[in-house]
Amino acid sequence: MTNDGNDLTLQRFNASTLAKPYRAFSLARIRAITFNTLTELTRLRVFYVLLVFALLLIGSSVFMAQFSFQQEFQILKDVSLGAISIFTSLLAIVATARLLPQDIEDRTIYTILAKPVPRFEYVLGKIAGVLLLLAISTLVMSAAFVAVLYLREQTVIQTTLKQMAGAPPDQVNDALKLIRLSAFNIDIFPGIIIIYLKACLLAALTLFVSTFATTNIFTIVVMAFIYFIGHLEATAREYWLQEHSSGLLTRIFLAIIALLFPDLQAFNLVDDIVAGTAISMAVFAKTALLGIFYTTIYTLLAAFIFYGREL
Amino acid sequence: MTRAVIALAILVALGGIKLPIERDLAALHRQEHFRGVEFNLDLREKLGQLGFVAALSGFRAIVADALFIQAHVAWERTEWGRILLLFRHITTLQPRVLLFWDTAAWHMAWNASVAAMNDQTQRLALRVKAQREYFALGKDFLERGIKNNPDRPQLYEALARLYKEKYKDHQRASEFYAKAAPLPDAAKFDRRFSAYELSYCEGREREAYERLRGLYDEGEQERLPTLIARLKFLEDKLVVPQEQRIPDTGPIGR
Repeated sequence: MTNDGNDLTLQRFNASTLAKPYRAFSLARIRAITFNTLTELTRLRVFYVLLVFALLLIGSSVFMAQFSFQQEFQILKDVSLGAISIFTSLLAIVATARLLPQDIEDRTIYTILAKPVPRFEYVLGKIAGVLLLLAISTLVMSAAFVAVLYLREQTVIQTTLKQMAGAPPDQVNDALKLIRLSAFNIDIFPGIIIIYLKACLLAALTLFVSTFATTNIFTIVVMAFIYFIGHLEATAREYWLQEHSSGLLTRIFLAIIALLFPDLQAFNLVDDIVAGTAISMAVFAKTALLGIFYTTIYTLLAAFIFYGREL
Repeated sequence: MTRAVIALAILVALGGIKLPIERDLAALHRQEHFRGVEFNLDLREKLGQLGFVAALSGFRAIVADALFIQAHVAWERTEWGRILLLFRHITTLQPRVLLFWDTAAWHMAWNASVAAMNDQTQRLALRVKAQREYFALGKDFLERGIKNNPDRPQLYEALARLYKEKYKDHQRASEFYAKAAPLPDAAKFDRRFSAYELSYCEGREREAYERLRGLYDEGEQERLPTLIARLKFLEDKLVVPQEQRIPDTGPIGR
């Protein structure tokens, strides 16, 4: 009887194994690594950054109340969007830099890779976890920014309505229109998406650097240099491509910068958007595509290097 | 090691592909008024090392705002020279922010010029000279602002106000209100103000009359007290026949 029962169990096990054959690429496995990475990062209390952002936002909003409403809105938007850009870039670099070294140090990586998980899926899951974290952070910061801007706009509108109580409706409408124009600009949203894509690019590049780095400190320092050089890339590129009478060594140096580094200035559109420059669909789409292109390339290169790495 | 070399080769090859794409994108950005700031040694000297690095790293708006707050403090202390210097930096960093050009011009042409004129420690001739210089500085800010933002009406309007109120040059004021009027988001009063200013110009009364009359004929919304007053003044001056004149009250056909 016992033997019969055992046979039955074995048969059932074999059946289930046969029903789910091993797949070379599995979204479920990537999803598991992604959410695990996100949980890991959340436990590091990275979301405290958002608290600092909120304090900065409210603090600057209160401080700016002494200016005229145009000046106040201008500074509030500049500071908030600048802070979103700084925080997402920092978060992208710092959070990604620790992923691989930490997993190697904790020996988690061996547990995962000992299972039938290809290294490509592991890298993809890791980067997707960081991108998800960046998306959540950007969304929360943007929501806080829009809420503060809306509240300040409403306060200014109420004050203006009180001050213009006896004025003709045309003048009141003109004044309200001016306030609304100074406060809110729908083009800010594409600007925020571009900030997010810049952070994604930096995260993918950090992952790429961390695949051959041995410590996260090294990765962060290298990324800090890349961040500054990336903002200079456009200048180097133009200087290299134009016929300047510079020496051969200078030209080689400029060529290396222009070819190897991403143009990070291309993603700094939000300053001009706040200033009132309208972002066309062509500009948005081309900039976004460039960001996606870089993120994809650096992720693939990270996976390529990671395949050859001895663990 | 082999993989690292292959990765580097791929990066260089992709670099060759991305170069024209990035170049085209940069050109498109500049065409649509993005990336209008040139990062060069001149800007480095103006901003100092820290400010330059911050501006270079994509935080030029924040650097400009910090300088703007400094300019506000300088204004409270009536340090006009410092205000001028700071606004030159601010407008270099953020050439698309109209508020900065407008505020700079206002400080120079309205505040600093009045302060110079009220400076009792100087002789009158010197005070007048200083006042004129501040007017010119205000005008210079607005003209450079217009060069950087030719598609937006606000600075044309500000320059028209400056010509009207500070230089008493009604012809130039009329010209700049007229330039502002056809631009997107221009104020409704630009056309009217252009005609008002023209009505003060000696020798151009007929043209001013035609324009004011045209506005009057557009309907009730344009028949404002100043417009009617200027039209009546010109009717008298040009000796317009009685039957062609506007009535004292209420609309008439032409």
